[in-house]
Amino acid sequence: MAITDFVISSNLPMQATPPDWPGGYWWHWLFFTIALIVFVLVMVMGAIYIERRGLGRMQSRLGPNRTGPFGLLQPVADAIKVLLKENIVPDKADKLVHWLAPVVAFVPALMIFAVVPFQDGALLADLNIGILYVVAISSVSTVGVFMAGWGSSNKYSLLGAMRNVAAVVSYEIPLALSVVGTVLVAGTMSMNGIVVAQDIPFILLQPLGFLLFFTAGCAEINRSPFDLMEADSEIVAGFHTEYSGMKFAMFYLVEYAEAIAISAIITTLFLSGWRGPLLPPWLWFIIKVIIVFFVMVWTRTTLPRIRIDQLMALAWKFLLPLALINLFITAIQVLVWPTDLPWIMVIINIAIMVILVLIWSKFFKLGWGRVEV
Amino acid sequence: MVTTEMMTLKTEPFILNFGPVHPSTHGVYRMRATLDGEVVIDIEPVVGYLHRGIEKLAEERTYTGFIPLTDRLDYISPMSNNLAYCLAVEKLAGIKVPERAEYIRVIMAELQRIANHCIAVGSFLNDCGAFFTPFLYLFREREKIYDLFEMVCGQRVTYNYMRIGGVSQDIPDEFLPALQKFTAKLPGFLEEFDFFLKQNEILLARAKGVGILTKETAINCSISGPVARASGVKQDLRKADPYSIYDRFEFDIPVGEAGDCYDRYRVRIEEMRQSLRIIEQAMPDIPSGPVRADVPHLVRPPAGEAYAHIEAPKGELGFYLVSDNSIAPYRCHVRPTSLINLTALREMVRGWKVADLIIIFGSIDITMGEIDR
Repeated sequence: MAITDFVISSNLPMQATPPDWPGGYWWHWLFFTIALIVFVLVMVMGAIYIERRGLGRMQSRLGPNRTGPFGLLQPVADAIKVLLKENIVPDKADKLVHWLAPVVAFVPALMIFAVVPFQDGALLADLNIGILYVVAISSVSTVGVFMAGWGSSNKYSLLGAMRNVAAVVSYEIPLALSVVGTVLVAGTMSMNGIVVAQDIPFILLQPLGFLLFFTAGCAEINRSPFDLMEADSEIVAGFHTEYSGMKFAMFYLVEYAEAIAISAIITTLFLSGWRGPLLPPWLWFIIKVIIVFFVMVWTRTTLPRIRIDQLMALAWKFLLPLALINLFITAIQVLVWPTDLPWIMVIINIAIMVILVLIWSKFFKLGWGRVEV
Repeated sequence: MVTTEMMTLKTEPFILNFGPVHPSTHGVYRMRATLDGEVVIDIEPVVGYLHRGIEKLAEERTYTGFIPLTDRLDYISPMSNNLAYCLAVEKLAGIKVPERAEYIRVIMAELQRIANHCIAVGSFLNDCGAFFTPFLYLFREREKIYDLFEMVCGQRVTYNYMRIGGVSQDIPDEFLPALQKFTAKLPGFLEEFDFFLKQNEILLARAKGVGILTKETAINCSISGPVARASGVKQDLRKADPYSIYDRFEFDIPVGEAGDCYDRYRVRIEEMRQSLRIIEQAMPDIPSGPVRADVPHLVRPPAGEAYAHIEAPKGELGFYLVSDNSIAPYRCHVRPTSLINLTALREMVRGWKVADLIIIFGSIDITMGEIDR
């Protein structure tokens, strides 16, 4: 059955606004659009603060603490600084592409949030194919990145952009396959529907899926240890070497907006989204997003970077087979497992994950090393 | 009609300049690398951006007046440069150094070795993409060594501490307790540091088997220091040609087997432990007495020539002096460690990826001040 048939045959109604929404369609659209932009920008500032202070703490230094209480205004100071910087465009750059690239990269990162539920029904568009939308949109940023690499007419930029394209093309597949497991368990592709289905967070029901999605997600948004596209010690700054001023800030924004987006998707798919006791749902959502983002900061401080061929090998030899096995096992479980015994399935799935990862890491070889020249 | 000729893409290697301003060239080294995509086909080193004519300057200065300039050669380990130069002048003029000064010199040289290897290992891991974390922890330890140096000579980077026939001033009373405290704490730190990195899967994948320097090549290119020892050449001037009072101390020469980046890293960590052993042996036996032989301010060595070499942190560092019985050397030549260790770089990097080029280069541990002089 093709995926489009699945979407059509699923009996979820296609609805843009929840039935109890007081205003009309366009008021809903306006409210959520503004709310999302504000949310993303504020979260990015928070993320930058957490990242810089967290990095500082983990590296036995203080981190920025001069601007405002505890250095809280540091992102503001950074923003003012980049706004005042001169905008330098290389002489031989493809001017239009160079100018357009940050925009093309930023918009998809913002668009992902359209389907992320902040609490029950509180989202811009409750698409019944929400996940498909996320998978489709999340790779569009690559076009912007490649435009930046090509338009700058700088070899470092081009190398970084080529690495990015290669990585995203490879990591799309395990990313999408690991999501299918959760879709099977939840029985819906709507993001809100998946949250509603998570009486047990899917991180427990789908531990292997979570692991694969987190790894592939990190690779897709260039977070360490997969930050080869802007590997500062190798190719200076990768695709944004030739960017300065506000255009550089846009790429900076993209980087963190994407990290927040992936954190939000992980929260929604695996950490039961806005659900949680006592606190209001939107607060639960934000707390979970920050926790996931913090894990990304943690890996950034802890791990060295892997090489481009190792990155490819990891995607095709490690993540892809495991994602297929995960999908197979999940499909069987969904078919035959009695629904009243979920906790036994949790234990079994965690055991399967541990065994599979151990076996694969035994037989798995990272990369191939030297080439005869 | 599509022919095979149309389907094969035409590719050609391109030239990429690494440096002179690049985050990982450790100064102003420049490599013109010919790349086939990500694979390094060839590199062509370009040096000379930091040339200051230090060897020529020596001819214009008195023998003592040249000591501050030796600090500027290998500015990561100035104490070793001081020592090598002073040994050369002492050999030329036949000056006997007092016992107490010999002990202080050995302690300083070994502390300098630890400080140098802190930077070498730290920047190597930084090149691997471990985002500054190991680097900053190692810097914390190096800072303690710098505090000790500041205590004895008032300087933190360019010490100008050794003099012809001894050292410039005696160590203060609080130095030995502080040193004791430092040597008591360092092994624990090294243990912890090594624990996190020795078995790090990504570091093993990145560094093991990468950039192999065979024993034969190492000997033929007259590579010295940790780079040679990692290739299995058991050569250490402290044992092979004991200068100063190194014949009194017990220590091992750590030797690697494969000669890859990982072995170079391991050898350096092990050398830090051995240096600590030497310091611990030297500390209790420091005799009292003068710290400087009775040497006139304007040394006039008899006409002749002398070559003194020491095992500097980076390898064999030699000073060749020719005297014409005047107050300035007739000719001064430095045998720079970094330059000669770099000669094998091309052999090591051909066929590896861009990312490997950076870490192989980083694992050699060079200082531009010494290469260009």
